[in-house]
Amino acid sequence: MLKINDINVYYGNIHALKGVSLEIHPGEIVTLIGANGAGKSTLLKTISGLLKPKTGEILFEGEHVAGKVPQLIVKRGISHVPEGRRVFANMSVEENLELGAFLRKDKKAISEDFEKVYGLFPRLFERRRQLSGTLSGGEQQMLAMGRALMARPRLLLLDEPSMGLAPLLVKTIFRIIEEINQSGTTILLVEQNANMALSIASRAYVIETGKIVATGTAAELGQSDQIRQAYLGGH
Amino acid sequence: MEQLIQQLVNGISLGSIYALIALGYTMVYGIVKLINFAHGDVFMVGAFIGFYSITILDLGIFPALLISMAACALFGVLIERIAYKPLRNATRIAALITAIGVSLFIEYGTIYIRGAQPEAYPNGIVPLKSIEILGVKISGQSLLILAVSIFLMILLQFIVYKTKIGKAMRAVSHDQDAAKLMGINVNNTISATFAIGSALAGAAGVVFGIYYTKIEPLMGIIPGLKAFVAAVLGGIGIIPGAMAGGLLLGVIEALVSAAGFSLWRDGVAFVVLILILIFRPAGLFGKNVREKV
Repeated sequence: MLKINDINVYYGNIHALKGVSLEIHPGEIVTLIGANGAGKSTLLKTISGLLKPKTGEILFEGEHVAGKVPQLIVKRGISHVPEGRRVFANMSVEENLELGAFLRKDKKAISEDFEKVYGLFPRLFERRRQLSGTLSGGEQQMLAMGRALMARPRLLLLDEPSMGLAPLLVKTIFRIIEEINQSGTTILLVEQNANMALSIASRAYVIETGKIVATGTAAELGQSDQIRQAYLGGH
Repeated sequence: MEQLIQQLVNGISLGSIYALIALGYTMVYGIVKLINFAHGDVFMVGAFIGFYSITILDLGIFPALLISMAACALFGVLIERIAYKPLRNATRIAALITAIGVSLFIEYGTIYIRGAQPEAYPNGIVPLKSIEILGVKISGQSLLILAVSIFLMILLQFIVYKTKIGKAMRAVSHDQDAAKLMGINVNNTISATFAIGSALAGAAGVVFGIYYTKIEPLMGIIPGLKAFVAAVLGGIGIIPGAMAGGLLLGVIEALVSAAGFSLWRDGVAFVVLILILIFRPAGLFGKNVREKV
């Protein structure tokens, strides 16, 4: 579904992604784990078009999308839930969700998707008239995910959905991620909470200072001593 | 007492003009964090386009108003695309200096093209008659200004809060990257903001010409600066703030004149600016919004 071949991304002079390749098949949850600053968010931003790779290619469903503007990439079916949620704090929950469907014109299907998102996140329905800046961190995460789903993506990029949330809430969010996946959306999940991420993913990639250093099924990586020591706080 | 109310009416008329100009300042600031110092000159260009539409094309004031707004919208977009867009990622001071350069360019470009001599809007073009309420006379010009500005402000509220482009504008002003991820075209949204702000300035130019009659190529400087003060007074970047700030500034000026200090009129606006910057730098409508992270 998504195939990344040997991309190189720079921030000015800093070589942030060094020849990264990665593949995601339809229906999977793939997780990308790695330390702070390893290049996880950079990779997601490059996929969604906020950053342009200097070299290399990104194929989504067979089409070249590397270097395309985010607008086209959203239209093709990739939605990105950015790190830190980035909800539009000055707008209501409902308006945020409407903006998620910005490029769509199929009014009827949009209202169906409102129902779906509210079904997935009943809390958002309760607070639909509230300014999103007044929501709690967990609710903002739900809103950011709901907003991305309003574009009807086939591939959902999630950047650190558990960041700053209480453990119980993290569980809820991960359960919902699985639900979203089961209803047919492929997911690329970036997480620092590697334990949780591996528990729901089918496959995983490990990124270190801009390079993919390991890949395998989630079960394999979860048992690898090296990975356990580096990322899972294991013994 | 009647005298006072009369002055209030004058102040509100003048304030509506400031408010219309201030809206453009505040909208542009809200979205690209730029004080567009060329905005007062768009107001001037609007006044001239309105004047020529009435005198040369022999149009009524409403068609002239529409032509002026449309031309200014286009002019504003051109200014943004040519002068500001290449500096989108430059330092803010570079963009600010460019704005001052654009302002001078428009002022002296206008003088180069048509000369520096002033023009006078013809009399008797206002279709409204003056009315008298409780001994206070409200001129047809004042009524026109009020009607036009109230209508445009309601229209603007509708655009910003109810339409798709308005929502895109608010999204971009809050977080450009997040807006991009929604599929919003940030460049077009910024252009739309310049178009709307400049159209309002164009309308303000025409009603200014109708109210004060005299127009000239440097007429945009002082109203432009005062509208900037009005925008800061209300809280820069906040649309209702620009409306309130403009009206308040107009009323303050009229009251200062009424109190017999009409020579101080222009100075008072800047005293207001200094006071607001000292005591309430976020402006009257600005809050230190605490958002949960």
